Amino acid sequence: MTDHAVLAQGVRKRYGGGTTALDGLDLAVAPGTVHGLLGPNGAGKTTCVRILATLLTLDGGRAEVAGFDVLREPARVRRRIGLVGQHAAVDEVLSGRQNLEMFGRLHHLPTRAARRRADELLERFGLRDAGRRPAGEYSGGMRRRLDLAAGMIMAPAVLFLDEPTTGLDPRGRSEVWETVRALAEDGTTVLLTTQYLEEADRLAGRISVVDRGRVIAEGTPDELKSGLGADRVDVVLRDPAALPAAADLLSGATGARVETDPDTRRLSAPVTDRVAALIEVVRALDGAGIDAEDIALRRPTLDEVFLHLTADRAEEAA
Amino acid sequence: MTSTSLVSPAEPVESTGAPARLRWALADGWTLTRRALAHWARRPEQVVMGLLFPVMLVLMFGYLFGGQMAVPGGGSYREFLMPGMFAMTMVFGVETTFAAVATDASRSITDRFRSLPMASSAVVAGRGAADMLHSVLALTVMAVTGLAVGWRWHEGAGRALAAAGLLLLLRFALLWLGVYLGLVARSPELLVAVQVLVWPIGFLSNAFVDPATMPGWLGAIAEWNPLSATIGATRELFGTPGWDGGSWAAEHAVPMAVLWPLLLAAVFFPLSVRRYRRLSR
Ligand SMILES: Nc1ncnc2c1ncn2[C@@H]1O[C@H](COP(=O)(O)OP(=O)(O)OP(=O)(O)O)[C@@H](O)[C@H]1O
Ligand SMILES: [Mg+2]
Repeated sequence: MTDHAVLAQGVRKRYGGGTTALDGLDLAVAPGTVHGLLGPNGAGKTTCVRILATLLTLDGGRAEVAGFDVLREPARVRRRIGLVGQHAAVDEVLSGRQNLEMFGRLHHLPTRAARRRADELLERFGLRDAGRRPAGEYSGGMRRRLDLAAGMIMAPAVLFLDEPTTGLDPRGRSEVWETVRALAEDGTTVLLTTQYLEEADRLAGRISVVDRGRVIAEGTPDELKSGLGADRVDVVLRDPAALPAAADLLSGATGARVETDPDTRRLSAPVTDRVAALIEVVRALDGAGIDAEDIALRRPTLDEVFLHLTADRAEEAA
Repeated sequence: MTSTSLVSPAEPVESTGAPARLRWALADGWTLTRRALAHWARRPEQVVMGLLFPVMLVLMFGYLFGGQMAVPGGGSYREFLMPGMFAMTMVFGVETTFAAVATDASRSITDRFRSLPMASSAVVAGRGAADMLHSVLALTVMAVTGLAVGWRWHEGAGRALAAAGLLLLLRFALLWLGVYLGLVARSPELLVAVQVLVWPIGFLSNAFVDPATMPGWLGAIAEWNPLSATIGATRELFGTPGWDGGSWAAEHAVPMAVLWPLLLAAVFFPLSVRRYRRLSR
């Protein structure tokens, strides 16, 4: 037993074809938190989730979910998890209501409780009016919501969401986000895989960046961003002709390499002491009589973190 | 947004002990049987078509080809044909099983089932029970058809019911063949292959003609076809006029009609279980 809702240590998985999908993956998720698994296509996110949800066996290392070993006590694990896979896993012939009722029965809810729960969830996910229609006639977003509802029948201790908002419109996406937040507030641990950096940033307290079956970085979104180096100062000029002169000034003020983007007339440089650097930059520009349209301090985006981390790995491999 | 609680409506039920586990296995199986029944309720036209297809075959073989068919001993061809058609109806059931299993296996819903705290036997047990119910219904429709075209049982209701039992035993064995093939194929696209392969199996038996009229080696295959055992046994139990077996296999049709299905089940049941487990590799 550990104090982690999800714990993976050196998990390895090699598929029959010879692909090594997980190559010593480590993961520790504290109870009641939302943890993001972020990674490009083929990184091993789905494989990781399937192993933790007892659908796949692992070849090396070990993994525990809700305190139980996934290999030795899969039945106990299953009683405590919910799974929303990458592809909708509902019966397309049955209605939404019949689906939820069936899954409720398979969770061993009594008939009446299963029915009540199905109605509650349909209401919760905005599917009440569609409840009696076959799921096969639902739009992609509706099916996704039904899928989410099916994963939450028991409000599990640990919920796995594999790219839950892929294919949803912005409204559907924010509904899912709200649901995930509500679940986390109620104490459910959520492990979420995503390719959307924004999604991980918004939802997850901690993020593991996965690439080629390993975690290459881990931390809060802020930590990951500051791990990239420092915050940055962005300056947008009115006059593109002033770019070289301004770049020199900025370089002098920050002591760092300046990135120039002529298209947007933007200069960008990392800074260490945020406020001091900002004052320095403003003074220097003012002294030289260069007109700035916008000056801002900002944290690097997760996109920058992500590209930076995976680019490093690509260089190593090359 | 409504304020419906997302909190668990019940604590996880721990089913410890063999009796509790068996009870849940039955309950889970029944839930999935009801799933299959609900499918049929939503697509009644498919069920009706499936039931009418063998009826159409009876009319086709009985009336279109029947005039040309000579029955050993000079009985009515339609009476000779009906036991064969009963068995063929059981064989067609493989298609239903295959299609359902392969469709599920190709979809993520299998993942969902496997991540639930349900009995792992339930998916197949539920499927099996539904398919057996379907076959009972199909057999009833065929019996009514048979009575309408002149087929009778001549040896009493008890032996007729025993014959029905043998037919359903064959269906039970074929259930595992269907499950196995469905898990191997993992895609309903191969249904056509199954639908086509059913025919040589049917024609290479005593369903439509007496194997004695076939060329030597084909006759031998037809003689030993498991289907022939069931058909021969049911002809014997119905007392079909003109049917007197002749070969060793035909003389021992009833024990063979018990042994063959048991053997088939003994092969394909463990193979299916292994395939199902292999999904987690
Ligand atoms: N069933 C399988 N058999 C063989 N190889 C597989 C199988 N499933 C996945 N793989 C391989 O394992 C690696 C990891 O795949 P996985 O699906 O876990 O990635 P992912 O991070 O979920 O990708 P995506 O973002 O595209 O969903 C890939 O190289 C993939 O080709
Ligand atoms: Mg994936």
